[in-house]
Amino acid sequence: MKGHHGISRRTALGLLAGTAAGTALPGALSGGSPFPSALAAKNLTVGFIYVGPRDDFGYNQAHAEAAAILRKMSGVKVVEEEKVAETSDVQKTMESMISLDDATLVFPTSFGYFDPHMLKVAQKYPDIEFRHCGGMFKAGVHPANTGSYFGYIDEGQYLNGIAAGHATKSKKLGFVAAKPIPQVLRNINAFTLGARSVDPTITTQVIFTGDWSMPVKEAEATNGLVNAGVDVITCHVDSPKVVVETSERRGIYTCGYHANQAPLAPKGYLTGAEWNWITVYKDFVEKTKAGEKPGQFVRGGMKDGFIKTSAYGPAVSPESKAASEAVKAKMMAGDFPIFAGPIRTNAGKEIIAAGQSYGQTDMWLEGMDWLTEGVIGSTS
Amino acid sequence: MEDLGWWGVVLAVLAGAIRVSTPFLFVSLGELLTEKSGRINLGLEGTLVMGAMSGYAISYLTGSPWLGVLVAGVAGALFGMLHAAICSLPRVNDIAVGIALMLLGTGLAFFLGKAFIQPQAPILPAIDFGWWSDVPQVRAALQINVLFVIGLLLAPFLLWVLTNTRWGLIVRTVGDSADAARAMGYSVDLVRLAATMAGGFLAGIGGSFLSLYYPGSWNEGLSSGQGLMAVALVIFARWHPIRCLGAALLFGGAGALGPALQSVGVSQGYYLFNAAPYVLTLVIMIATCSPTRTLAGAPGELSITK
Repeated sequence: MKGHHGISRRTALGLLAGTAAGTALPGALSGGSPFPSALAAKNLTVGFIYVGPRDDFGYNQAHAEAAAILRKMSGVKVVEEEKVAETSDVQKTMESMISLDDATLVFPTSFGYFDPHMLKVAQKYPDIEFRHCGGMFKAGVHPANTGSYFGYIDEGQYLNGIAAGHATKSKKLGFVAAKPIPQVLRNINAFTLGARSVDPTITTQVIFTGDWSMPVKEAEATNGLVNAGVDVITCHVDSPKVVVETSERRGIYTCGYHANQAPLAPKGYLTGAEWNWITVYKDFVEKTKAGEKPGQFVRGGMKDGFIKTSAYGPAVSPESKAASEAVKAKMMAGDFPIFAGPIRTNAGKEIIAAGQSYGQTDMWLEGMDWLTEGVIGSTS
Repeated sequence: MEDLGWWGVVLAVLAGAIRVSTPFLFVSLGELLTEKSGRINLGLEGTLVMGAMSGYAISYLTGSPWLGVLVAGVAGALFGMLHAAICSLPRVNDIAVGIALMLLGTGLAFFLGKAFIQPQAPILPAIDFGWWSDVPQVRAALQINVLFVIGLLLAPFLLWVLTNTRWGLIVRTVGDSADAARAMGYSVDLVRLAATMAGGFLAGIGGSFLSLYYPGSWNEGLSSGQGLMAVALVIFARWHPIRCLGAALLFGGAGALGPALQSVGVSQGYYLFNAAPYVLTLVIMIATCSPTRTLAGAPGELSITK
């Protein structure tokens, strides 16, 4: 149903609230301050929307940790809503943040919020800035008040792969993945390439669970992998808690993802690929407060401070650490292309020729639909 | 670890049946008891989630997972009591109340459970039934939780109670004809209250299995509709406890099929394998339906058959 006729409930509520504020004595509403509007103009309200709980040891926690730091900045008010489904629910949440909380900068953080939800709301509110985490923004195609940001976390997964490659005895690694979308495939490939840089006979077994948060399936997948002989597991699901805990109980190694899961696996945690979103959010907020337009196509990796790695666990050998640190130093210098040829797909096709390489910023990598040689699994 | 190949898939499905089926089993046995008394409690999904949360919380706070299981059961019984109490009022639809309680249960569990997503609570121990085997996969598959064993024994016990005891007879009478039960001098509301509370107790324990054993952690996405599916299982099992056990095992095993096939390298079409439990339900429903008779074994007082 297209809701262009009439006004939605949220809009109506917003209008009512606005009218009430306009007609009542401003001083009475703002607790005695004689210049409420001037103060309101200085304060920036930022809205964060999460698809799951804020403290999930994963994707949402990584964003919420950054939001908590923003909250401490002066003149910044943060409003958050968690467990918002990737349906018209998120449109209602955005409208209520804009109309009722006066948010002027909105971060819908989940992949599925972009199209059509954020695009629709952005068209309705041209004065509000929207930045989506995921990277689907195209200048000229999407509204001018939208944009996207994402990090090259495959660098972290490559380093995970190096640690896993050193730790594995069976030469079989496992990857519990949610859906075969480009970002996930890129992580699987980077992890596998990292491990195969240590020993080219290593394989990675992938299991897709079908959705971002499926605790029982994730536990089943982890058990299935361990039973198939896998001895190091990493994942790309919203909350790696179940995968990491199940692996620890089965006595194998894990590499973390999204946030630091070391407390969940004191014995088997090797290292992890973590987001460091505060770098991005701080920049957005500072630009907005300075009256500039926040970036619309924002990308960065280890070098830019978008990504960090967890501290090494007790099972990581000095040799493994040295290998990881050497690669990390190259990443920090910005001259380490992960996707450098020759790379064949697991179907045997040469996808990147010898001598050819794709830098991290290359857009071709953001449409990845193949799995590298050494991955046991399929994209469909 | 030795590679078992295709035997690994069979083993994984069997192991999955054991690991994943317990919540289905407890919720469906609880619902069966409630429905035998003539009421449908659709709110068991909420009861399951509430049980998962309260069990995890109590285990974390007290350090005793078994106390958590008990509290989960009590929380479930309280929800059952609420359902029965509301439904005993005149002109109240039990299905509508069930849906309301499902939303209340999940909402309340998410609200109260916020503080328990992060901490790690002690979880239930497993019994090693695989000591005789040298194959690590078999040993892992036979790490069986006591709750599963209890559920396994509970199904025939419930059948015996329903068919051979005076209490069972009273429950069935109330479920088949409230008027007959009243004529015999039994309080219909009281019997239904007891049956719904017992059903809620079992569903709460089913929930605690999710958070305290497998997958063994509290999260808002923990239940992907197991409680609702278990209610459907009761109809699927034609109100027979032993068939409930079979159906729960079947659904557990079918849920393990997708990951198991992928772990041996069958990677095409996993969305289809993941849908296996639902496809299976449809197939069996179609295969067993008959145009000449109504659902066999359905209690006469159920609002779906009235």
